[in-house]
Amino acid sequence: MVRFTVNGQQQSVDIDADTPLLWVLRDHLGLTGTKYGCGQALCGACTVHVDGAGVRSCLLLLKALEGKSVVTIEGLSKDRSHAVQRAWIELDVPQCGYCQSGQIMSAVALLRDNPAPSDDDINAALAGNICRCGTYARIRKAIHRAAELLRGAQSS
Amino acid sequence: MSIRSRGIRPTDHSRRKFLQRTAQLGGGLVFALALPGIQSGSRGAALSSSQLNAWLRIGSDDSITILVDRSEMGQGVYTALPTLIAEELEVDPSHINVVAAPVGEPYVNVLNGGQVTGTSNSVPEAWEKLRKAGAQARSMLIAAAARRWHVDPATCRASSGTVIGAQGKVARYGQLAEAASKLPVPKDVALKSPEEFRLIGKPLARLDTPSKVDGSAEFGLDVKLPGMLHAAIALSPVLGGKVGSVDSAAALALPGVRRVLPTESAVIVVAEHFWQAKKARDALRIDWQPGPNATLDNAAIWARINEGATRPGLSALASDDVDAALKGGHATEALKGAAKTFAAVYELPLVAHATMEPMNCTADVKADRCDVYVGTQVQQLTQAAAAEAAGLKAAQVNVHTTLLGGGFGRRLEVDFVPAAVTASKVVGAPVKLIWTREDDMTHDVYRPPAREAVSAGLDEHGKLTAWMLHITSPSITARFDPTNKDPFDSVIEYVQNFPYAVSNFDLSYTRQEIGIDVGYLRSVSHAPNCFAIESSIDEIAALISKDPLQLRKELLAGKSRHLQVLDAIAERAGWGHAVKGRYQGLAFMEGYTSCIAQVAEVSVEDGELKIHKITCVIDCGQTVNPRIVESQLESGIVYGLSAALWGDITLRGGRVQQRNFNDYRVLRLDETPALEVHILPSDAKPGGIGETGVPPVAPALCNAIFAATGKRVRSLPIAAHKLI
Repeated sequence: MVRFTVNGQQQSVDIDADTPLLWVLRDHLGLTGTKYGCGQALCGACTVHVDGAGVRSCLLLLKALEGKSVVTIEGLSKDRSHAVQRAWIELDVPQCGYCQSGQIMSAVALLRDNPAPSDDDINAALAGNICRCGTYARIRKAIHRAAELLRGAQSS
Repeated sequence: MSIRSRGIRPTDHSRRKFLQRTAQLGGGLVFALALPGIQSGSRGAALSSSQLNAWLRIGSDDSITILVDRSEMGQGVYTALPTLIAEELEVDPSHINVVAAPVGEPYVNVLNGGQVTGTSNSVPEAWEKLRKAGAQARSMLIAAAARRWHVDPATCRASSGTVIGAQGKVARYGQLAEAASKLPVPKDVALKSPEEFRLIGKPLARLDTPSKVDGSAEFGLDVKLPGMLHAAIALSPVLGGKVGSVDSAAALALPGVRRVLPTESAVIVVAEHFWQAKKARDALRIDWQPGPNATLDNAAIWARINEGATRPGLSALASDDVDAALKGGHATEALKGAAKTFAAVYELPLVAHATMEPMNCTADVKADRCDVYVGTQVQQLTQAAAAEAAGLKAAQVNVHTTLLGGGFGRRLEVDFVPAAVTASKVVGAPVKLIWTREDDMTHDVYRPPAREAVSAGLDEHGKLTAWMLHITSPSITARFDPTNKDPFDSVIEYVQNFPYAVSNFDLSYTRQEIGIDVGYLRSVSHAPNCFAIESSIDEIAALISKDPLQLRKELLAGKSRHLQVLDAIAERAGWGHAVKGRYQGLAFMEGYTSCIAQVAEVSVEDGELKIHKITCVIDCGQTVNPRIVESQLESGIVYGLSAALWGDITLRGGRVQQRNFNDYRVLRLDETPALEVHILPSDAKPGGIGETGVPPVAPALCNAIFAATGKRVRSLPIAAHKLI
């Protein structure tokens, strides 16, 4: 039995402790917003936050989660009101959309550490998230826009 | 103004013909509309609604539901197609519910002859059809209001989901829909002229974006059904191999495992959860029979292609698909008499689709029906494949199209459908079968390799007198449809409309199979042919010391649309004015009834290539949503860059060597150059945009590399070449 929180809710999961968090979220907790892309931490589609840091859930095993706090795309906001989600909507970033949960979670993690990232900062932080539709140019713009929105929220 | 009068010929007949045939083959019994109460894509939704036509339902609560009959794979059809209806229906697109259409006759793409999302023609095909459907529904709603009010319909008009009559009478569509649905459908309805467009041509927000930023968008991978089990699959490591014997003891001993199910070519493992199924799959001990590809490798594939190239090709000049203006010359003779000749061979490797969402399918087989939930580009072929696996009639199979986590032509295949159906049938429960990334990468249906030999002749003044192309590659179409007698299907795109002035043109094709299946990949043969054409034009320009832009302009003299695109790209990219140390390469293409040009700006230092910027100009006719057009072109450029730089599937012992994104490299954000897309205003009918951005990238890039280094890259990927 492993106890941890997901999007603020306490969870107790009693399955093979070597199951990656990705599949715990998807198949056991019904949170399918987090995607399977590569299973090897190469593409970033499965990015979630664990104790506030962006991690690849496809290689993080359940047994390492005892007492941890996990946030998934579903937990970012109740109404798509997070600044990153608003920026993504404003710029119509997604195409097929499959990688976008991971992109957004990586962007949120970046902005938490660095409220005014440069293009180089964005390059470094998002290089691990592949998008085969090629939404990269819009992702970059949307992160800058989200940073603006966050600054606006702080100053108001 | 017609498309033809603007100097653009309708293209892509060949792939359309293929799709028509396969749709007929696979379609079986295509039944008409969905049964009452069954809504694909909106399971469990209970709605008191009236169906006004195949695409439109209006609820008593004023809800507008549009059934979209093309698959949404990022290209924006869930926004663009509803926009066409909304324009004439006079409703706000942001209030529209979109659901995926089931299999049905009204949903056939008439340009493809089947319910197929491909060939970049979703908008061109729907352009009049869906506006007309919207206008008919509007007319019926107005007629219903006029009856209710006992007035002449001519005194009523539609606005924002209501019908407005004289003396302030107003009725909401939801109040009128039931009565309207019982009225005759008017045959002739006037469509708006472009000046009247409220929505078309405006950068409206995508309807699918909100669900794609909060995790709620449902892809095939996300389907959940009560009692659903999960499956993983073991596919033959050697392509085309068969299952010999299977020792499943260790797998069956693992927790959650329900069944190990060997088929002729794969072993399916069904478990309660996917990770259990995957672990059990990995614990199987399978003795594979490798079959005829046991020694297949790239050397063997290219030996076959090079051997094939020594055989004379079949002339394409008799094909209806080749522009008549290109026929009638004597290229071989002209070449003999040329003052200067040019010859080059261009080589294109096998390339993987590598969609972000690996292949998967969920099936629920019962005694008398089968439901499949899948991201597919071919609903009828999916239905036929599922029916065969389930032992049911096609009409008993309901195809529920989910969002596609990338298509790029990979989901024109249905190879991942039957195993899910078989598993569900055997275990008697819904089963979601997921391929791992490694399964997906090593068992893709790759873009065919191609050898493209160009010969050209020039007279003493540098005028192009002959241009010939001999293509050697395997056929994609032959596998789908052995009865297909057109050998040029999906082989001669772009070159069939070779736009450059040359009095002696020749085009020939040698079909050479390589032992493995090949498939349609975004832009299909446009990409290899554009690489050969646009590289060769650049090489010829260098041969006669002429600016590549200037040479193209001379060879396109009199073609105003082509010249406008070239003039625009020259201006937008600052052609000839790159900053010191940077070099430019140009490529042009006529395809998908669009004209496109791209300029790549690069630098090469110590052999290291840096791509600074790609500028793109397109005339794609009237845009429905320029914001989506722009994103599609950015998308095509990024997709094309990945393939040009690194795309290279290699085999050893019949096994694909690339397994994941570590060894099949694709472009990442930090490697993405600045992208600039410019859409030229046009009143021509809409052209295709989903694939159009891809082909010019590789030649533009290689032409820029030549400008920077003097090295000519004639084979892809670029990464295989030393640039120092």
